[in-house]
Amino acid sequence: MSTKVPSESRPIAPTPQWLQALLLLAPAGVWLALLLVIPTLLIFELSLVPNIKPGDLVNPSGLGNYLRIFQSDVLNVIGRSLLFATGTTLLCLLMGFPVAYWIALLSPKRWRNLLLLAFVLPLWTSSLLRSYAWISILRPTGVLNTLLTSLGLPTLDLLNRSPAVFIGMTYSLLPYMVLILYASLEKLDRRFLEAAADLGATPPQAFWKVTVPQTLPGIAAGSLLVFITGLGDFINPELLGGTSSMTAARLIYNQFLGATQNWGFGSALSMVLILAVSLAIALLIKYGDKNASSL
Amino acid sequence: MQAPSKSPLRISWQALFSVLMFGFMYLPILVLGFYSFNQSPNSAQWGGFTLSWYVKFFNDSRILSALSDSLTVAFCAVGISAIIGTLMAVGLARYRFPGKQLYQGASYLPLIIPDIAIAVSTLVFLAVIAVPLSLWTIVAAHTVFCLSYVAFVVSTRLVNLNPHLEEAAQDLGATPYQSLVRVLLPELMPAIVSGCLLAFVLSMDDFLIASFTAGGGATTLPMEIFSRIRTSVKPDINALSVVLMVASGAVALIAETIRYRSEKKRLQ
Repeated sequence: MSTKVPSESRPIAPTPQWLQALLLLAPAGVWLALLLVIPTLLIFELSLVPNIKPGDLVNPSGLGNYLRIFQSDVLNVIGRSLLFATGTTLLCLLMGFPVAYWIALLSPKRWRNLLLLAFVLPLWTSSLLRSYAWISILRPTGVLNTLLTSLGLPTLDLLNRSPAVFIGMTYSLLPYMVLILYASLEKLDRRFLEAAADLGATPPQAFWKVTVPQTLPGIAAGSLLVFITGLGDFINPELLGGTSSMTAARLIYNQFLGATQNWGFGSALSMVLILAVSLAIALLIKYGDKNASSL
Repeated sequence: MQAPSKSPLRISWQALFSVLMFGFMYLPILVLGFYSFNQSPNSAQWGGFTLSWYVKFFNDSRILSALSDSLTVAFCAVGISAIIGTLMAVGLARYRFPGKQLYQGASYLPLIIPDIAIAVSTLVFLAVIAVPLSLWTIVAAHTVFCLSYVAFVVSTRLVNLNPHLEEAAQDLGATPYQSLVRVLLPELMPAIVSGCLLAFVLSMDDFLIASFTAGGGATTLPMEIFSRIRTSVKPDINALSVVLMVASGAVALIAETIRYRSEKKRLQ
């Protein structure tokens, strides 16, 4: 990448290095600074203003908005968001690992790319419409209950309650988990598995002592991605969870576009969400490094 | 050597489980397809074949104008991102400068921060600088995450690129501009295209950021769909879903084919 050819050797005076760098980096840099960095700093400033409404003057004066988060109604909402995100992460891991394992290690080699592509293909379709499809499946007279009735089984009332949210979120995020676990399992050194078998390890022993430790970075990265995406999910709780499933994203939404306008409180909640996500990523980097150095 | 000789004889439980999970992934799509051709929309029973839901939504002017708003936003945001995102990726790969870590960190933020936080901060910023919300504020907001995705995909390609290509071109007398356009750009093209397709689909799919930055003037397709499906099941939305899914499935296939071909080419 070094372009340190002496400028005297050029027939035309070349553009200086700093100008080239500026031309390449300035447009995106300005865009990101204006529409991402400055806005984030602005909501931090706004989060320090209690009870601000659109049009009010900004006058930072305290931590009231952050203290408001510790009231029990808000804590309930945050707890529910954490529960949805954690439960979805576990479900995705449990359901995604066997699939990724099968595609990466057991399926016929020439099918692998195609199988992986087929599994993640639904990701490319509208997330709104995929959640909407679950309404058709889970509603009282929907596909699931029609099927259960025809089998002579009692019907299930899942829609507008948390089970539907878990189903919808797991459905939305499972492909990401499988993609990341696949990338990790594909690199698995199978000689270790053979060695373990030769040394008398049973398949479960080989799995827990060889496969899991070797794919731990992938497990951690996949879980983190699902967790942080789930934490900020708006559509699934909103469409499938009903009124009793308010999450942090919906609470923030309400402070700006809903009936309860409180921009300061909404900004404080957003800052907490950004902080939580950053913390999770910092943990992964720390944890990932430790894992890498122990190998 | 016992385990491999045994495995072809029986089907592993992972295979059975995977078949089940494939079913799980495609069930909602099949259900939407089923309902979109079903005459009786309010039960799961088959009421006869019909195309009336398709006719209904193709004549729905609100859906069509929302679709045109969404396409305008996606094409503009992706178009801008294709240029400035690629330039950014090349610049970051090529130069070291003070504050580079910070710049790089900011470029990854839109991939990490939840949409709702981006939506909120953009709305607050636009309110503070008193820019009226419109279709163009959605474009500006979408360009932020689109350029991040384009730059991310292009960066992964740049890492695998032969670093001497451009040097060779410049040693042969090409100006930096010529070596960028004639040597580097063709090499990066598959990555730029697949990054753009990804960004395009994400822009068409975004609900939160668009609702916060649209104001009263513009309604994107996800906003229109959301306002309709919130209350109950709407059969013409089923037809719309099928059309959209076929379209985005086609985009996905194009993207994957491009990626697959360029990978194959690289390995040769």
